[in-house]
Amino acid sequence: MNLELTDEQTFLREAARDAFSRVKTIALAREALEDPAQLPDLWPTACEAGWPGLLVSEERGGAGLSAFEAMLVMTEAGRVLAGVPLLGHLPASALLDGAADARTEAVAEGELRAAFAAARPPGDLGGGWTVEPRAGSTRAAAPVLADDGTLTGTVAWVPDAPGAGVLVVAATRPDGAPVAVAVDAPGAGVTVEPVVRYDATRALGHVSFDGAAADVLEGVGEEDLARAWFLAQALLAAESLGAVETALSVSVAYAKERFTFGRAIGSYQAVKHGLVEVLRLRENTYALLLYAGWAYVDARDEFALAASAARAAGGHALDVASRTMISVHGGIGATWEHDAPLFFRRAQLSRRLLGGVGEAADRVAGELMRAV
Amino acid sequence: MDLNDTPEQARYRAKVRAWLDEHASEAPAQQDEDDPAYVTARRAWQGKLAAAGLAGVAWPAELGGQGLGAVEQVIVNQEISRAGVPGVLDVIGVGMLGPTIIAHGSDEQKSRYLGPMLHGDEVWCQLFSEPAAGSDLAAVQARAVPEADGGWRLTGQKVWTTNAHFAAFGLLLARTDPEVPKHKGLTMFIVPMDAPGVTIRGLRQISGEAEFNEVFFDDVRLEADAVCGPLGGGWGTALTTLMFERLTIGLGSESLGYRPERYARAIAGDEHARRDPEARRRLGELAVELLAVKFTGYRMLSALQQGQIPGPEAGLAKVTTVRSAIAAGDLIADVLGPGALDEDGEWAYMISFLPGLKSAGGTEEILRNTIGERVLGLPPEPRLDKGIPFSELRAKERAAVTSS
Repeated sequence: MNLELTDEQTFLREAARDAFSRVKTIALAREALEDPAQLPDLWPTACEAGWPGLLVSEERGGAGLSAFEAMLVMTEAGRVLAGVPLLGHLPASALLDGAADARTEAVAEGELRAAFAAARPPGDLGGGWTVEPRAGSTRAAAPVLADDGTLTGTVAWVPDAPGAGVLVVAATRPDGAPVAVAVDAPGAGVTVEPVVRYDATRALGHVSFDGAAADVLEGVGEEDLARAWFLAQALLAAESLGAVETALSVSVAYAKERFTFGRAIGSYQAVKHGLVEVLRLRENTYALLLYAGWAYVDARDEFALAASAARAAGGHALDVASRTMISVHGGIGATWEHDAPLFFRRAQLSRRLLGGVGEAADRVAGELMRAV
Repeated sequence: MDLNDTPEQARYRAKVRAWLDEHASEAPAQQDEDDPAYVTARRAWQGKLAAAGLAGVAWPAELGGQGLGAVEQVIVNQEISRAGVPGVLDVIGVGMLGPTIIAHGSDEQKSRYLGPMLHGDEVWCQLFSEPAAGSDLAAVQARAVPEADGGWRLTGQKVWTTNAHFAAFGLLLARTDPEVPKHKGLTMFIVPMDAPGVTIRGLRQISGEAEFNEVFFDDVRLEADAVCGPLGGGWGTALTTLMFERLTIGLGSESLGYRPERYARAIAGDEHARRDPEARRRLGELAVELLAVKFTGYRMLSALQQGQIPGPEAGLAKVTTVRSAIAAGDLIADVLGPGALDEDGEWAYMISFLPGLKSAGGTEEILRNTIGERVLGLPPEPRLDKGIPFSELRAKERAAVTSS
């Protein structure tokens, strides 16, 4: 047993940290609240580092790495609230690679950016393949691929959809059977509507297809589509972990230097215990990311459980970390003078994406009950 | 990243499993530890495990152990749990007190005590906590006074003493010098539990069972060779025990029985709860935490393999385990109704046991202080006991109580 990072993983993580450190991502995230044009385009950084092809096999121009390596990069992105469109791209790239699609090499190079219009697979209680609705808690049916090869339907809140050159869609056939398709964007019958965002660093779009030409990704089966959904869950968890670590270290540093009643506030149990709670949730999230990374390769039938557990843990950890960050800093923590609101916004939006953390917890219960 | 056994570990696991398959039928069935016949059977079973090399796996070979590592110990724990048989009865002795004697005891102590401990011939108990010294363990008041011939006289009270009622010996932390600051005047002793002046009284818990005891020492005579480790160095000796306690709990968590699959089975068995969004969400949230504990355990094991000793952050896994198991008991009682509290059923004991476990090995609050200070580097609580001789400290405490 060895859960330490390998030298290659450490190198990947350090390289990512270094690449992000060259851009003032957090400062620009604040400016982007008022003017989204201020957001830096980090795609060239990603391409230079080879991240677009992280999950693509070497024979198709990728790095042939695994989910855990992708999580390490996502953690570094989350650490500095970097808006780099990997959450949408990486699961899509893995599906294109699985089908040996002609676009895969361009996707691996980053010349073509992909986004994944994900559908939630049925759980232990059955149900169909469903997607995010525009509003409310009733999930919508996944887009339908008609017998003539055209795609119709809507997926709301798709990460990184605006500007993507190819949309990989978890669709169903008219009989409800899942099918993976690729749709070029922009294209006839394809609409991507950028969404006004609470967290400016998070690119989202409502994607609609109205008889759009779609290519079936041959060789990509039901299990692969489900894996792509859970991979997105794990990546979101990893990104949250990075933000948790920053929120914790900034809060701890402040608790050591801010004095009240003649004592550093970090010496008060109420403050100390709150910060230790964030540490506890951080440790839990990291442990579950290890589980997810391991299961992706070595225990495929546990990946749904592991990734959902990581997602639930990461979402909760970031919620608590960002709220603790605000309260430790006092009133200033609730103002735009401080970075804490950016972490809070990140936490609140992230927790509601891709089924939300409540669905992830439900899935954990369902997977465990399915197994007994 | 690799969770799988190496070929060598796989061979070891196969060997352990083969032995357990062959001998599982000789193991006593689970019963109440209040029953002396059951304790005798468990001791005999421990002897068989020890003879087969499945006890004291990480003890040095020259002291009767197998000279293997933490991973092999976990493999044995996992296989014992898989076989559905009890493990070592004297977990406190073999897991914590034996290793303390190995680290600090004299050669005579090692050759006298370790063998019978390992084989279950002599069970041990840990005599550290007192009514006024729990999380603040260095505040112990049990007093050992030197005699002219080099022996000692011991007076005081210990509490939360697991297995004292059938233990042959105890490892006891006593104050030998009250005129120095509290951490400095302590010494560790080996105490025969049948010595004149030792009184043991069961302490009933919420469940109605008495797994713990109070132990009273009334002018108990100890010989000079009862001292374990350096005179006045008892705090360091105690820290060794506490380090092994963290390790034993951390590596044994899978065998504690607080497993998410078990709770999932209980909820899945109720047709309404299985579909009820609230029950599912509660189950999911507590299962997330227990799954995290499982992989935190693997992280700890991996670190041990790299030669690192788990730090205080390992205590967070205990916090998580206890709170999740409490949430599980609460959910199961909500789902099953009053019947869940049937004393003969599967859940009443767990529900009753967990509130106390929260404080076992130090309260959660003190643990959070320690982790905040030692791991996050936060400033310490202001302390009013630093550098003050223990006798003076006690006088101050008494004065504060009287004047209020």
